[in-house]
Amino acid sequence: MALLEVKDVRKRFGGLQAVDTVSFAVAEGTIKALIGPNGAGKTTLFNLISGFVSPDGGAISFRERQVQGLRPYQVAAAGMARTFQHIRLFPKMSSLENVMVGRHLHGRSGFLASMLSLPRTRREELKAKDKAMELMDFLGIAGLAGTEATSLSYGQQRLVELARALACEPRLLLLDEPAAGLNMRETAEMASVISKIRDMGITILIVEHDVSLVMNISDEIIVLNYGRKVADDVPLAIQKNEDVIRIYLGGDDA
Amino acid sequence: MRSSAHLALFGLIAAVIAVQQITAHTGSGYYLTQLTMSAYYSLVIVGLCLLMGYAGQISLGHAGFFAIGGYISAFLTTHDLTPLKDTVFVAFLNKTGILWAREDLYGGQLLTVQPWPACIAAVLFTVVVAYIVGGPVLKLKGHYLAMATLGFGTIVYRIALGTTALGAADGLSDVPPFKLTPFLEVSGEMSARVQNYYIAWGLVILAVFLSLNLIHSRIGRALRAIHAAQDAADAMGIDTAKYKLNIFALSAVFASVAGVFLTHYNGGIGPSEASIMKSVRYVAIVAVGGMANLWGALVMGTLLNFLSLRGYLGSYDDAVFGGILIVIMLFIPRGLLHTDILRDLRALLPGKAGEEDA
Repeated sequence: MALLEVKDVRKRFGGLQAVDTVSFAVAEGTIKALIGPNGAGKTTLFNLISGFVSPDGGAISFRERQVQGLRPYQVAAAGMARTFQHIRLFPKMSSLENVMVGRHLHGRSGFLASMLSLPRTRREELKAKDKAMELMDFLGIAGLAGTEATSLSYGQQRLVELARALACEPRLLLLDEPAAGLNMRETAEMASVISKIRDMGITILIVEHDVSLVMNISDEIIVLNYGRKVADDVPLAIQKNEDVIRIYLGGDDA
Repeated sequence: MRSSAHLALFGLIAAVIAVQQITAHTGSGYYLTQLTMSAYYSLVIVGLCLLMGYAGQISLGHAGFFAIGGYISAFLTTHDLTPLKDTVFVAFLNKTGILWAREDLYGGQLLTVQPWPACIAAVLFTVVVAYIVGGPVLKLKGHYLAMATLGFGTIVYRIALGTTALGAADGLSDVPPFKLTPFLEVSGEMSARVQNYYIAWGLVILAVFLSLNLIHSRIGRALRAIHAAQDAADAMGIDTAKYKLNIFALSAVFASVAGVFLTHYNGGIGPSEASIMKSVRYVAIVAVGGMANLWGALVMGTLLNFLSLRGYLGSYDDAVFGGILIVIMLFIPRGLLHTDILRDLRALLPGKAGEEDA
């Protein structure tokens, strides 16, 4: 059974059917990409999966558990972590602290234990810090640990956000346009990082505007247009799909 | 906790002792009274600073929590239960040792609740109220949250002012001293002045210690994350509603404990403690101190309350705090006590405004 299974999911905003009866599945250990022109419903679908928006209908099952309608923190606790199209780092906190927030689900200390700074709380804190540093090292940003996250360059901020999501140790990583705002070199590096993360055993669902990025790294690609699924196949087949070509090159009926 | 925070905490302890020593040697021990009262107000402010500065949630109703603590403790320790002595409930309480017989100011016999159980009841009740009020109210943001908490503060104030059992406009008096341990007693007696100064500041030091630990912990990071970007905090698995509610209740407990202690110290409490202007004053002080700056809030809380209690701000007391709030919000929104303050002030000079921002 697939890790994530989306079945007949619908979402309407006023007069706009943002997502129209979309179904697909993501197999464990693969990279699946979600592409489509602006306004195709990619981000809405993403928000539906991560709990930021509730679907009007349909079902989303993750690790064989229904997750539609759950609050985002519950979806995160189920094992999904996400990044944001418009980077959402915590200002006034160092990069390290930002990544350490990602360890939240792996800590247990509550208000009382934290206020008393119990030995177990301090041990937990050190472990969280070690894990955060390890991930920053993996992404090549360990040197930025002490820097205020929002003062970093755009590319570095993307990596801090990625480290923060990885700190959750998710089963499924949701990346919302990870290459947006990056230059060509940074985009290539991001692609290799994403492949490496998949090789660590983390399943990835990636929303992307930049088709060239996903063609190289994805195992499967879904194409959305006007909220509907147009194609769902391996990259080579997607490249040859006539509907997809029409959508991307522009046609009178698109 | 970080070592720099530890160092600052030792600095605070040293300062508390130094001030007491100076007053002892210069014969100005009378300052200790206002410093003791300031300490209790600072306790409210430390709690409010956690809520506002770190978790990013405003409360214009914290005088309400202070008053709930003070009033419940005052009511329970002064309300004579002698007429109800034979009812099952009071007889049961009497047997458990929660009640005691004591003399009132005129030598009459009273049967009331002892201070310790009264204090515990007051704080527990505050927690219940904080959760009941906070649950729905903390779903609001910004101005709406400010208005809703203002509404809560108003309700507490009108209840205090309008309830005969709570002394209406006169408040409650003849509140007995609070014997914490056989050797420590919260009371306004001249002979206990030094002791009370240390009790009050000991409580503040404890509160600061607990707060600093909290800020630099998993929970503190979660709270700051909620303040900074709630959706991202949510995506990291933080139950934002629960955390906001918990920190709201915690800061209400700080205010309530301060209310209990100051009421026993003063020997009474009046409705002005629940007034909106008190809440505004607390918010103004946290803002002057620099919002997410526990030390700034503490220093400003002590300084401004001390000046106010000594009467240096004259009859325009409340106007001064209102004015402070306007000036800070307009010109120095980051508060007075932070490392970049000189830069902020320089930017206020004519002809230089905004220059540094370029």
